[in-house]
Amino acid sequence: MTSDTTTPAVDLTGSRPRLRRERRVRRLFAGAAAVSIVVSLLIVGSLVGEAWTFLRGLDLSSLWTMGWFPRRGLFDVKTVLTGTLLIALVAMVVATPLGLGAAIYLSEYARPRARRWLKPILEVLAGIPSVVLGYFALTWISPNIVMRLSSHAGVFSMAAAGIAVGILVTPLVASVSEDAMRAVPAALREASYGLGAKKATTVTRIVFPAAASGIMASLILGVSRAIGETMVVAMAAGAVGGSLFQWNIFQPGQTMTAAMSALAIGSDQVAGSTSAFQSLFFLGLLLFLMTLGLNLLSDRFVRKVREKY
Amino acid sequence: MAARAATPSTADLVRQSIQGRRLGFGDIAFPAALLLALLFALLFLATLLVDIFAKSWSALSGRGWSVVSNPLTLNAETAGLWQSIMGSLGLVAVVALLAFPIGISAAVYLEEYAPDNRFTRLVNTNIRNLAGVPSIVYGILGFTIFVRFIRAVGAGGGVGGKNLLAGGLTLAALVLPIVIITSAEALRAVPQSIREAGFGVGATRWEVIRYHVVPYAAPGILTGTVLTLARAFGETAPLLLVGAATGFFSTGSGNLIDKTLGPYTALPVTIFSWARQPGADFRSLTAAAIVVLLVVLLTANAAAIILRNRYERKW
Repeated sequence: MTSDTTTPAVDLTGSRPRLRRERRVRRLFAGAAAVSIVVSLLIVGSLVGEAWTFLRGLDLSSLWTMGWFPRRGLFDVKTVLTGTLLIALVAMVVATPLGLGAAIYLSEYARPRARRWLKPILEVLAGIPSVVLGYFALTWISPNIVMRLSSHAGVFSMAAAGIAVGILVTPLVASVSEDAMRAVPAALREASYGLGAKKATTVTRIVFPAAASGIMASLILGVSRAIGETMVVAMAAGAVGGSLFQWNIFQPGQTMTAAMSALAIGSDQVAGSTSAFQSLFFLGLLLFLMTLGLNLLSDRFVRKVREKY
Repeated sequence: MAARAATPSTADLVRQSIQGRRLGFGDIAFPAALLLALLFALLFLATLLVDIFAKSWSALSGRGWSVVSNPLTLNAETAGLWQSIMGSLGLVAVVALLAFPIGISAAVYLEEYAPDNRFTRLVNTNIRNLAGVPSIVYGILGFTIFVRFIRAVGAGGGVGGKNLLAGGLTLAALVLPIVIITSAEALRAVPQSIREAGFGVGATRWEVIRYHVVPYAAPGILTGTVLTLARAFGETAPLLLVGAATGFFSTGSGNLIDKTLGPYTALPVTIFSWARQPGADFRSLTAAAIVVLLVVLLTANAAAIILRNRYERKW
């Protein structure tokens, strides 16, 4: 051994320009990743800033009155919250059986061939823009379903919007809960069959409970998406300008998102930086916090599944 | 003898329990109900397509291509979608130019470079949450930040910054998390051995990424890219806040820059505003506009599925 063992015979660090380029590329990519943080900060900053301007110049009692009429200075939070939650409820009544049923079938029953044909249905449904579903809610769901369910229902109703939002949310619920059920190890199913359980028993008593937290996550995500859905509600739920407090789903109602879009397009004759227009940012902040909370909650449930298996 | 036949032998019992009882009502009804849920979704999709196509027929057959090639007007007999389609294509171009380089680079950083530390975990959580932010909230971001920024740098045009650029920026921010997530998934699917082989022959990390990882992940990234563009093409709500015109406007005869910085609209926004017009003419015209939108989107989806099936590699 002539050479010292601490210095390698060949210089493995490579040429300097190559290393410099390496560092430059790395920094560039890290910068791109940081853009997402910047976007989040800008979203939070713009919401909080403008919402604060709105609340500061406001008599707080107008946040709890008879209805949502921004032009008249009535910003009743419970009206828009009730509308939002009612539509989300109708949506989940539609999306839960459809989404979970489709997910269980695709994950447990469908043969690979059938799966290849059936799965794209959900993917295409997920690709339909919400403005199209809004039109469909108004021109088909409302006269053909809602008006048959209730003779008092008008063209615009929270029920019609809710059903359409439910259809919109179904593919999301189906794909997240299907992933959860497919992640259940085959050994659990085989053990169940080994004890003599039937397929239906295995699915309902073994697979479903084992995937419960993933399924829960899919439903929470569904609610979050339903709350944030804008176009369907703006087109089919009615009450574009404003609305009295209303909890009958067969009547027109106002949601946070619909109120925001009404303010945005100025159908309520408000524009510029009036206090009425600024209520848009207050609603935006409320919506952002609600969906963020739900998304974080669903994230927790998903992580629980990953830890278990 | 008769008493012996009445008590089944152990062998019979075992055979019976292995072969199972005959299928009960529940064994058929349960999967049938599940399939029904799926078929219901299919039925809904079919109803939607058939219903909208039927409603659009009088406009499409009566007007033909003028539905696509005419400019926007308030008259249902002459109104067309030309500016809307051009506007949507312009928006998609801005999205492609902004969101893809940034999104794919971010995905490369997160998958290939990022150490597993607090910052990386924060970025990942942040991206997942951004993907769940309602689209109209991005409209607020566009309204308060991008529009003001564009006005401040003097590119506001005649509309105070509420132009195609602002719309494109807003949509780019909206799809950025989706681009990152789908690209990261595609990169993750490339096996580690490919990278190790590259390092083994002395390639730097960037060289491995550039010549080995990204080419293998390209079909997946491309599929995600097409679907993301389709999503941007169909998005309405955020554009309402950044100035997409809900009425009609004249494009004027300015050059491309003037048009980019002037008033604009997008196909889904036009659908929204036409749907609010009274009268059967507009109803049919709205359906026709939806048919145009769906043709574009379904083509994009089909292209993505074909891409995936043709180039997807199983390791």
